[in-house]
Amino acid sequence: MLTLVMPKLVAFEGSGRRSVSVTERNVAALKSAYWLVLIGGLLEPVLYLFSIGVGVGSLIGDIELSDGRSVGYTEFVAPAMLAASAMSGALAETTFNFFGKMKFMRLYDGMLATPVRPFEIALGELLWAMARGSVYSVVFLAIMVAMGLTTPLRALAAFPAAVLVGFGFGALGMTVATLIRSWQDFDLIGAGQFALFLFSGTFVPAEAYPTALRWLVEVSPLYRAVDLIRGITLGSVGWVQVIDVLYLLVLLAVGLTVSGRRMGKLLCK
Amino acid sequence: MTSSVYVLEYHLVNYRRTWRSSALSTLVLPLLTMLGFGLGVGAYVKSGVDGTAYLDWIVPGLIASTAAQTALGEATWPVLSSFEWLKVYFAQAAAPLRVTDILGGHLAFMMFRVLVSTIAFLLVAAAFGTLRSGWTLAVLPLSVLVGFSVAAPVVAYTASIRVDSYLAILFRFAVLPMTLFSGVFFPIEALPGPLRWLAWALPLSHGVDLTRAATLGLNPGVAGLWQALYLLAWCVTGWFLARWRFERRLVI
Amino acid sequence: MIKRFGDFTAVDGIDVDVQAGEAFGFLGPNGAGKSSTMRMIGCVSPPTDGVLEILGMDPRRDGSAIRARLGVCPQLDNLDAELTVRENLVTYARFFGISRATARRRADELLDFVQLGERADSKTEPLSGGMKRRLTIARALVNEPDIVLLDEPTTGLDPQARHLVWERLFRLKQQGVTLVLTTHYMDEAEQLCDRLVVMDGGKIVAEGSPRELIERHSTREVVELRFTAEDQGMYGEKLDGVADRVEVLPDRVLLYADDGDYALAEVHRRSLSPASALVRRAGLEDVFLQLTGRTLVD
Repeated sequence: MLTLVMPKLVAFEGSGRRSVSVTERNVAALKSAYWLVLIGGLLEPVLYLFSIGVGVGSLIGDIELSDGRSVGYTEFVAPAMLAASAMSGALAETTFNFFGKMKFMRLYDGMLATPVRPFEIALGELLWAMARGSVYSVVFLAIMVAMGLTTPLRALAAFPAAVLVGFGFGALGMTVATLIRSWQDFDLIGAGQFALFLFSGTFVPAEAYPTALRWLVEVSPLYRAVDLIRGITLGSVGWVQVIDVLYLLVLLAVGLTVSGRRMGKLLCK
Repeated sequence: MTSSVYVLEYHLVNYRRTWRSSALSTLVLPLLTMLGFGLGVGAYVKSGVDGTAYLDWIVPGLIASTAAQTALGEATWPVLSSFEWLKVYFAQAAAPLRVTDILGGHLAFMMFRVLVSTIAFLLVAAAFGTLRSGWTLAVLPLSVLVGFSVAAPVVAYTASIRVDSYLAILFRFAVLPMTLFSGVFFPIEALPGPLRWLAWALPLSHGVDLTRAATLGLNPGVAGLWQALYLLAWCVTGWFLARWRFERRLVI
Repeated sequence: MIKRFGDFTAVDGIDVDVQAGEAFGFLGPNGAGKSSTMRMIGCVSPPTDGVLEILGMDPRRDGSAIRARLGVCPQLDNLDAELTVRENLVTYARFFGISRATARRRADELLDFVQLGERADSKTEPLSGGMKRRLTIARALVNEPDIVLLDEPTTGLDPQARHLVWERLFRLKQQGVTLVLTTHYMDEAEQLCDRLVVMDGGKIVAEGSPRELIERHSTREVVELRFTAEDQGMYGEKLDGVADRVEVLPDRVLLYADDGDYALAEVHRRSLSPASALVRRAGLEDVFLQLTGRTLVD
């Protein structure tokens, strides 16, 4: 069945094909130094896992979840690192690289003279960011399984969740990129990203925060992502995770629509 | 020597234009880390570390690591830009400035930035009541020592590359591991053998130890003296490496 | 057709009709609205008002389908600096949905066509201005377009590179491709265009073939006289009536006449002795300057 459908999907005329051709361009541009940068991105969550998860974990021991269960700190932090790396991978590709291609390399001016439409460029870049993010997620999940931080079956279920997280943040990042005025703004983005990384229930449960702050944390996109993946890898999936999925889907849809429209405005003056 | 003051002056004039955006990374990021880890995670570290509350224990580590981060930030993109994009160094070399003036002036500016961010962090830390000793004042020269020990060799590295991807690689493969495993967040003793030796080989771990001794008022002993000398060795070696790389690029 | 950016009107109601297979030029000084017009024809910039129809389609609805049959060579080369010369063509062809095998074959043909075959695996950055321009033109041809849009195709090139580009464009024209180009070079317009319009301040000020325009807005010949610096200004009156029109410039005097030799003889008859005199055929440059004025617009 799959073999019958696939060729049609790849060959179908229109938006899908044109978006993929934008992704292809990025594959063609893969060069030596970029590979090292890619591997570096892979290393980041692993380093955090060993430093904070294992190192600081040795000072903390076990941590109590909201459902009363008690888990090791490393098991608690690992899914958050996966979510955070899906976020930062998607954001790096869709904000920094996207902005450079749009403003400095004038890459999209050339593409827009072809049948490719702004929305399709956005989708193609997003697909690329996801391809990159998915590789990170697979490797990280394999490490988690190897360290006994989750079961293979749960890891399998966490993979599509991580991809969804990447898609959501990719769409968000692209929207942000169309609003950026200069490189200076990346300091702001970096600070915002770091704040999300620290306070999204990544290192301590949301219940640890004072009530007012806790609500702010609960609506942040990274918290929803962490909650989703942690629910899966610790095997405590419930209705809250359905909300997480819906939240990320809305983020994706809104982000893609807004960024496609903003790109049209910026490039098709 | 006086000529490097002119170079320093150039960088200070430039800084007047950009200090606002750098204030964010100078002050806000360390502050967030302190809140997130010191207070957030610290609440779960029930027994503290070596009898010290986790917040008090982590603050000196963060100060040393911020000094290193600030120095590294200045020793990478601005240096690459001065060679490749804005070509500031070549413009300076066309004036009657020697290579040591250009390099010395820029490093002096980097140390100025290190001092500014250290002072800012110390003020915040004082407000949280985490500084326990008058020896805290020693943190100022210490931060310059730590900053220089990482900035000088990294300037040499930056002067040897042409593409900024290699800076991303430096941060991912060297700076991030150094920051995470130099005893800032947890004691080095918790690391497995080979990693422990790696942490000791890199300069930051010694800076963290010395800064911690200063803010907590502990006696670093003779070992502390050796640690300071070790950092000094990084500074001197780094300086000569950087001068060699600068001469390669500027004197042709 | 009208294009406004906020309060500024870049294209102020132009009306043109380009036939299939012809080479059509937009001529005008900087800021005349040429590039804005080209961007509208290229379906990347919607007209503020008016009707635009390309290949029988409406850009507002069928932009993507129209662009599939256009080749665009923008004013500034926007080649992909992260790719090699050949990769630039192949990836670009993929945007049109051309199969990879066809794209590769066509890339090689086009590289030969613009004489870049030897640089196929080089990055684009070290290429000279002329090479980059030729590569951009090759890229515009990768989809075998019905219409090629060229925005100032030879600005900034050295004479050798210009002639090579002209020769290649001429061959395209012979193959029946419609060329639409902008330029502020008169020789380029005379070389390449069957028909052209002169634009100024967003409006069309003249239209026709190069020959027609010269006949309509200028005399057949022009005499250029130079006098010694100090007595330049005094000759304006004495030259009154020697030609259809006399223009006194700071460095020389221009006489517009159908018979240049006769006008020059008349100058000598009035016992004036210019330091140098040149009789030449009138060109588009004379028409252009007559229509758009000599004041520098930038």
